[in-house]
Amino acid sequence: MKSIRLLLLILLLSGVAACGGSEDTSDSASVLNRGLGTEPESLDAHKARSLQAAAVLRDIGEGLVSYTSAGELTSGVAESWDVSDDRLTYTFHLRTNAKWSNGDPVTAEHFVFAVNRLTDPATAAFYAEFLGDVSALNAVDDNTLTITLNRPTPYLLSLLTHPSTFPMHPGSLAEHGDSFARPGKLLSNGAYVLTHWVPGSVLTLKRNDQYWNEANTAIEEVRYHVQSQEVAELARYRTGELDITSSVPPDSFEQVRKEYGDQLHLAPEQNVYYYGYNLTKQPFKDSPELRQALSMAIDRDLLVEKIMGRGEVAAYSWVPPGVDNYAPTQLSFATLTQAERSKIALGLYKAAGFSEENRLQVELRYNTSDTHRRIALAVQSMWRDVLGFEATLINEEFQVLLANMRDREVTQIFRSSWAGDYNDAHAFLSTLQSENAANLPGYSSEEFDGLLQRAAEQVDLGTRRLYLEESERVMLADHPVIPLYFYVSKHLVSPRVLGWGDNVLDYHYSQHLSLKAAE
Amino acid sequence: MVHAAPGGPFDAERVLPADVAANIEAAYHLDESLPQQFVRYMSGLVRGDLGPSFRYRDYTVAELIGTGFPLSLQIGVLAMLLALLAGVSSGTVAALKQGSMLDRVVMSFAMTGISIPVFVVAPVLVLLLAVKLHWLPAGWSGTSGAAKFVLPVITLALPQIAYIARLTRASMIDVLGRDFIRTARAQGLGTKAIIRVHALRPAMLPVLSYMGPAIAAILTGSVVVEEVFGIPGLGQFFVRGALNRDYTLVLGIVIFYATLIVSLNLIVDVLYGVLDPRVRNR
Repeated sequence: MKSIRLLLLILLLSGVAACGGSEDTSDSASVLNRGLGTEPESLDAHKARSLQAAAVLRDIGEGLVSYTSAGELTSGVAESWDVSDDRLTYTFHLRTNAKWSNGDPVTAEHFVFAVNRLTDPATAAFYAEFLGDVSALNAVDDNTLTITLNRPTPYLLSLLTHPSTFPMHPGSLAEHGDSFARPGKLLSNGAYVLTHWVPGSVLTLKRNDQYWNEANTAIEEVRYHVQSQEVAELARYRTGELDITSSVPPDSFEQVRKEYGDQLHLAPEQNVYYYGYNLTKQPFKDSPELRQALSMAIDRDLLVEKIMGRGEVAAYSWVPPGVDNYAPTQLSFATLTQAERSKIALGLYKAAGFSEENRLQVELRYNTSDTHRRIALAVQSMWRDVLGFEATLINEEFQVLLANMRDREVTQIFRSSWAGDYNDAHAFLSTLQSENAANLPGYSSEEFDGLLQRAAEQVDLGTRRLYLEESERVMLADHPVIPLYFYVSKHLVSPRVLGWGDNVLDYHYSQHLSLKAAE
Repeated sequence: MVHAAPGGPFDAERVLPADVAANIEAAYHLDESLPQQFVRYMSGLVRGDLGPSFRYRDYTVAELIGTGFPLSLQIGVLAMLLALLAGVSSGTVAALKQGSMLDRVVMSFAMTGISIPVFVVAPVLVLLLAVKLHWLPAGWSGTSGAAKFVLPVITLALPQIAYIARLTRASMIDVLGRDFIRTARAQGLGTKAIIRVHALRPAMLPVLSYMGPAIAAILTGSVVVEEVFGIPGLGQFFVRGALNRDYTLVLGIVIFYATLIVSLNLIVDVLYGVLDPRVRNR
């Protein structure tokens, strides 16, 4: 008996001992709780890659240029800027009152330092080539920075809103080395400072009282909650633990729409969901007719209405609608009815040498996910109905599919998507250039590459746009990819959150938000 | 083995330019041959260095285990405690009232507890107690205090309560039928005293030997529970690590758990001797 009591005592003690130490809590009325989805891999802006990391970094840092809640460019650390006539030199005038969270001024030199670190191979940055068109960065004085370009890059300002181009404090890096991006060490030049980070759980941000625009920051504390399961995130929204969700689970979408009405925010995103062909192997190599047939046989409107049904937009182009200074070129068959498309598709399929007797054998690969499976099943049945062949569906774990797509050995048709990093058609079109690493199908067209090259050389925005639109037309006619739909961002936003703006970038800076006083 | 799974830790939908990918692989020594990487890892391991995490690039594996394990331990110990208390007491009651209505209720509850997996129980409990009744929080990070422990601990303990209750009942019925209990009764001892002094200890032996598997079950259960409730424990890191090809993190946790389980088994063996004089004397 004694020993059992002893055993229980030990267990009890260790339990109680382990229970000690809880984190601090502040008044919930001034705390904004945001669902983040998956965890940022790093808050070192040069080691980060995910959208989640970028979202947090946009709260704690600020670039030369920034965005409004409606998604329009606005001044950031730079108060104003001048562009030379040849559009190759930008001169930025920095605010004299821009400061780091330790009180040091943000100077032009800090931007030069950051870009040098970004491009240094030793940093091993994911976005090392993000500023590839920039030939020189020059700190003229503390508050003047010039950026010289190899060629006119009209989307430069958009690039400069990306966290990988934010300034860095050289002193802080020298002092802390690789651990400078930890809470308590990470210096901030944005509206918030990182105070806590519990890996796998929550990132806590407090208002930065040194921020130049601090007077317009309304919320004292922001907590980003890591919750990769959409269902669990929704449960936490229902209980009031979260004010904003990062997404909405597909299966609960209809219910959520009914239940929450205008708390549900949908906005088209610059993100295309597509099927790509492996153009380096048969049967799709040298067979544009077959590629077009498969593309035409898919009823995209049915897909977005019946299979997705969450506000997605059917894709008949590669570049999404809503991109600045651009009108996407449509696939040649976009104006036909689906019945007409199916008829032509069958003709092309037969012209490519396939028939009832000699059916196309093809594998369609997608990464394991309910949504991807449903779409693949629907596409498989559309191909069966229209063209009469049975595609083999293969689902793979994401990392496996990524490796297969890159190797181009076993893939025939694969699922992928592409999100633009900056608001310009170039962000999408450049991915299909012959030498681009993101060119998963292995598309290679001299004409297309040439048109993009010409577009890049243009000083006049109108002429550049014509070249870009023409390049998309040329590429779409070759059918290296099957664009299926454009994503929409989905968030639940509590009525107590004010100042939320839907935008194509899906950027929602905490400094633009405020909380309604409790009733 | 982890390396053999296709795909690498830095693969993503956004494919990296070749030289950028090369920089990153060099920074993490992924460009070396496997034997070279093995030697590098083992020599670090000997010095107690588990290396950097590939996925959580600001943290080392040792740091992640350091923050994750206390939480997993906390929840695991509490769940174990709850399982023992509730399981043993309900099992004893069921054994005493063998064949009664109460017995049947406890045992059917136990059967359900064993059959329904954790990943079903967790969302149902959340829906009921958090979303509908607003008694408890649904997630981990939003609240402080003890309330956030309740749902994960109950979820994790439920199957163990059920199993321990059944074990206790069976072994208690067996022990109560033994000669020495009859002797005790003949000496005029009351039921309470018989249970407390004579029956409970021998009846606990099967439960004690079940502790090993129970700890393993709680470890595996914690993977699901931590994922559902968003608890930053080791289980969650382990799953993420495997899915992200975070080689060092997965290896580090496996080594850590292996060491832990081996030492726990040793402790249970020693405890066995404390409880049962027959084992001790041999």
